[in-house]
Amino acid sequence: MLLEVQDLNVYYGAIHALQGISFSINQGEIVTLIGANGAGKSTTLNTISGILRPRSGKVIFKDRDITLTPAEEIVRLGICQSPEGRKIFATLTVMENLEMGAFTQTDKNEINRSLERVFRSFPRLKERQNQLGGTLSGGEQQMLAIGRALMSHPQLLLLDEPSMGLSPILVEEIFNIIQEINAQGTSILLVEQNAQMALSVAHRGYVLETGRIVLSGDSTDLMNNPQVAKAYLGAH
Amino acid sequence: MENERLTFIDRMIKGKWIGKLLLTVIVLFAVWGVGNKAIHNPQLFIQQIINGLQLGFVYALIALGYTMVYGIVRLINFAHGDVFMVGAMVSYFAVGSFHLHQWPAAAFPGLPNFISLLIGTISVILLSMAICAILAVTIERIAYKPLRNAPRISALITAIGVSFFLEYFGALPFVFTPNFITYKRPYEIVTWYIKDGIHRLEAGKAPPQGGILFSNNLIIIILVTVLLLLSLTYIVQKTKIGKAMRASAYDKPTSRLMGINVDGIISITFALGAALAGAAGVLYATAYPQVFFWMGIIPGLKAFIAAVLGGIGSIPGAFVGALIMGQAEVLAAGYISTPMRDAIAFSILILVLLVRPTGIYGEPEREKA
Ligand SMILES: Nc1ncnc2c1ncn2[C@@H]1O[C@H](COP(=O)(O)OP(=O)(O)OP(=O)(O)O)[C@@H](O)[C@H]1O
Ligand SMILES: [Mg+2]
Repeated sequence: MLLEVQDLNVYYGAIHALQGISFSINQGEIVTLIGANGAGKSTTLNTISGILRPRSGKVIFKDRDITLTPAEEIVRLGICQSPEGRKIFATLTVMENLEMGAFTQTDKNEINRSLERVFRSFPRLKERQNQLGGTLSGGEQQMLAIGRALMSHPQLLLLDEPSMGLSPILVEEIFNIIQEINAQGTSILLVEQNAQMALSVAHRGYVLETGRIVLSGDSTDLMNNPQVAKAYLGAH
Repeated sequence: MENERLTFIDRMIKGKWIGKLLLTVIVLFAVWGVGNKAIHNPQLFIQQIINGLQLGFVYALIALGYTMVYGIVRLINFAHGDVFMVGAMVSYFAVGSFHLHQWPAAAFPGLPNFISLLIGTISVILLSMAICAILAVTIERIAYKPLRNAPRISALITAIGVSFFLEYFGALPFVFTPNFITYKRPYEIVTWYIKDGIHRLEAGKAPPQGGILFSNNLIIIILVTVLLLLSLTYIVQKTKIGKAMRASAYDKPTSRLMGINVDGIISITFALGAALAGAAGVLYATAYPQVFFWMGIIPGLKAFIAAVLGGIGSIPGAFVGALIMGQAEVLAAGYISTPMRDAIAFSILILVLLVRPTGIYGEPEREKA
């Protein structure tokens, strides 16, 4: 098992945002976490990334307890996040944004290989490498956010709503690339509100509702589950 | 009626009319006054510009620390001027008590005098920079870091407290003493005058009428400042640490998600700013050779105004603002009266806040996520 989350409880002050959630990701999988607004998806990712601390519960990555590991160390261990809303460094160029993604990397050749890989996945970024991040279109910013996370050469990539605000064609493109990245050996935890898309690329999925996991299973099973269909796939 | 008047005044303030009107009047008045005098006595005018340049370059070094620290932690570090004072003091003791500037002459007696003094002076500046950097990082760790998530006003008040601490700790008899101390430069001042070519001014002689004076000190100040500015620009623009500084200034949580050690980057920012202030302290003391525990307050405030004028958070802004401040002050002192220099400096602050609070290079405050 690559990542295991055990009985995680996270609070924002008095708000009990994650109420004892447990799930796991195997090596090579795409696992999706779907749920409505405020279900606790971003909270889950930020706890794994180490910028939120749980009140109880554990995060285990490659048999190592990383619950209290500092965020920068977690990146070094092989988990990187592309956050919700992209969070591009607007005042840095595209290239500099990518370099920041590689902040924990010290091997120049390794960094260059990652850069080539990102440019192969997102040729648009190569064309715009000297442009300021803030001047990119929404779709390009999403590509940059994913590319930036890939620059740390992660074993586990956390993606928070990569489809947000993108046109259907672009969503299709981004999800194809997500599958490609996975095919090259990176495991992915994909957070989405677009359950249809997410389940179509993921191997397994978990459904999060107000801080609790209410359903889990193979993507195909979840897609055929009437409850999921009703709540998340827009069926009536 | 009363109400209407209020809204009218309100609108005037909102539209910043008063400020803009005042600014226009003052600028016109200043241009007319200075221009008039410049035509009548161009030598004096050029002399003032040179003096203003010297002051402006020192302010620039201090202003950079304010602006860099503000850029990354949104804190006006009021203790920065006192770090500048410590820089001057360190060089005073290094030269006066330890003769640090003479080490190359002692270690390599064969070296030409000029070279060994140059290396010695550079060593003094580097020592001041290093000690100021260590001091600032210590202050940051002890006083500011615990308040990182507190309301901004808490950190601001703490900065004022740290400033007082440094001043009055410095005033203790076994530290810097509460006295004015005559500063001993690592090198002798050499002055030249320009009048039908460049001539060296003999020591003890009065300069000739209508000559423009400049000294080796001016050259040293400009060279050191330009060198430090170029290095800083290189660090901020080209190095990984510099890029991480800019990323952290923009968005700290996301920087942490990228594996950037934001606390470490903040410390480095404090260290860089303080090192520049340390160098400024040495240069200022060589130009105005008297050191005392309060000497950081006024230059610190002026440099702060320079940073605000340029647009706090902007590095080129700090430089441009400082050059303008240097000129404004020297011209005011030369053409109006000496006490006007401080009045002008603070008037500039008020005007900037009225007309364009974001300064020359500043952008409107971005909402932080
Ligand atoms: N900084 C915060 N302070 C207080 N409450 C918060 C904070 N961030 C999130 N919450 C609350 O925690 C709960 C979970 O939020 P979270 O952002 O994890 O939801 P989400 O599933 O990512 O939603 P969305 O799909 O809208 O992004 C919500 O009720 C939210 O209001
Ligand atoms: Mg979210």
